[in-house]
Amino acid sequence: MARIIGAIATSHVPSIGGAIAKGLQKDPYWKPFFDAFDPVHDWLARNKPDVAVVIYNDHGLNFFLDQMPTFAVGAAESYTNADEGWGLPVRPPYAGDSELSWQIIDKVMAQDFDLVTCQEMQVDHAFVVPMQLLWPDGGAKAIPAVPVTINSIQHPLPRAERCFRFGQAIGRAIESFPRDCKVVLLATGGLSHQLDGTRAGFINKEFDLWCMDKIVNDPQALASLTTKEIIEKAGSQGVELMCWIAMRGAMQGHVSAAFSKYHIPVSNTGGAVMVFDHEPVVHRLAAE
Amino acid sequence: MDDQFNIPGTPIFDGTQARKGYALNKMCYSFNDELNRKTFLADEEAYMRTYGLSEPQKEAIRHRNVLELIAAGGNIYYLAKFAGIFGLGVQDVGAQQTGMSLEAFKEMLTAHGH
Repeated sequence: MARIIGAIATSHVPSIGGAIAKGLQKDPYWKPFFDAFDPVHDWLARNKPDVAVVIYNDHGLNFFLDQMPTFAVGAAESYTNADEGWGLPVRPPYAGDSELSWQIIDKVMAQDFDLVTCQEMQVDHAFVVPMQLLWPDGGAKAIPAVPVTINSIQHPLPRAERCFRFGQAIGRAIESFPRDCKVVLLATGGLSHQLDGTRAGFINKEFDLWCMDKIVNDPQALASLTTKEIIEKAGSQGVELMCWIAMRGAMQGHVSAAFSKYHIPVSNTGGAVMVFDHEPVVHRLAAE
Repeated sequence: MDDQFNIPGTPIFDGTQARKGYALNKMCYSFNDELNRKTFLADEEAYMRTYGLSEPQKEAIRHRNVLELIAAGGNIYYLAKFAGIFGLGVQDVGAQQTGMSLEAFKEMLTAHGH
């Protein structure tokens, strides 16, 4: 059976991709952020996940306002990146895992989450930047991935509680997948930032650190937040926290933080990287 | 900003804004494609007509003014593609909206870490 071995959550700011493209990883501004990924690489090397489920939000590459899904799941054999308008180099395609995609689609729908399914899907910086950070050697070296998106552009957004339950449904779907494989969850986005309005540049370190604490041992505290509270405390684009909340919902066994780093600012954003170990309930019971 | 959340300085892109801004956002979404960016730069007025922008939207584009573009229904994620045409990033966009110099805006961001 498939097993969720843990999760990695990271900011996905486009300028990280720009810094990678320009080779600025050792530049004084960027070094603290990129150095945080050394322990993440060590974790990946130790735990060797086979496939990733990447929960993120599209920023107007694959989806436009003509058709805006609240929750969508990629069901392709590979996912292409494309120009988002800012001249970031286009990355080579990333491999998918359509069997796992359909497992998630079938089992999540059975739990009353009515998904949009995408047999073709372009992945934007919110998918690509984290993949680059985790597997810097490129698309061919990265493990196959299933993209899952949550609308964070057009209100009404799904409530945090709903995103948490969506994650729970994904977790059950993965852990009932008959293939023997190790799954890592990726949550991308956040933490606090606001790009628009006269409050642009808003960052809330205190709230971000609170989120990074609660997400380990008290995720219900995050799931209970209203959308308004999240925007007030994390900024209008801080709603990307929903992706972290869904990721955390998918882990229903014992969760511990293997690594945690917070760095301000990454561009306009409270930059955060966390790695979680997950011990699924069934495996824990078997061991006792 | 008159929306359901009423958070100062914080536009909410809801159904009202989505309807008002559709043509503007659709034009900005087209800037994912380099050919479209060049076509826009070659004749901005003709390009705006093709997408059926309202007069306030056209004015906001002509002024390169982010707050005006948001007031006209623009969503920041699509507007970022418009800013990208001129090589401007989210910090330039933030500086303009807050009336700060780019340097002052960056210093403000860095200060959040302390």
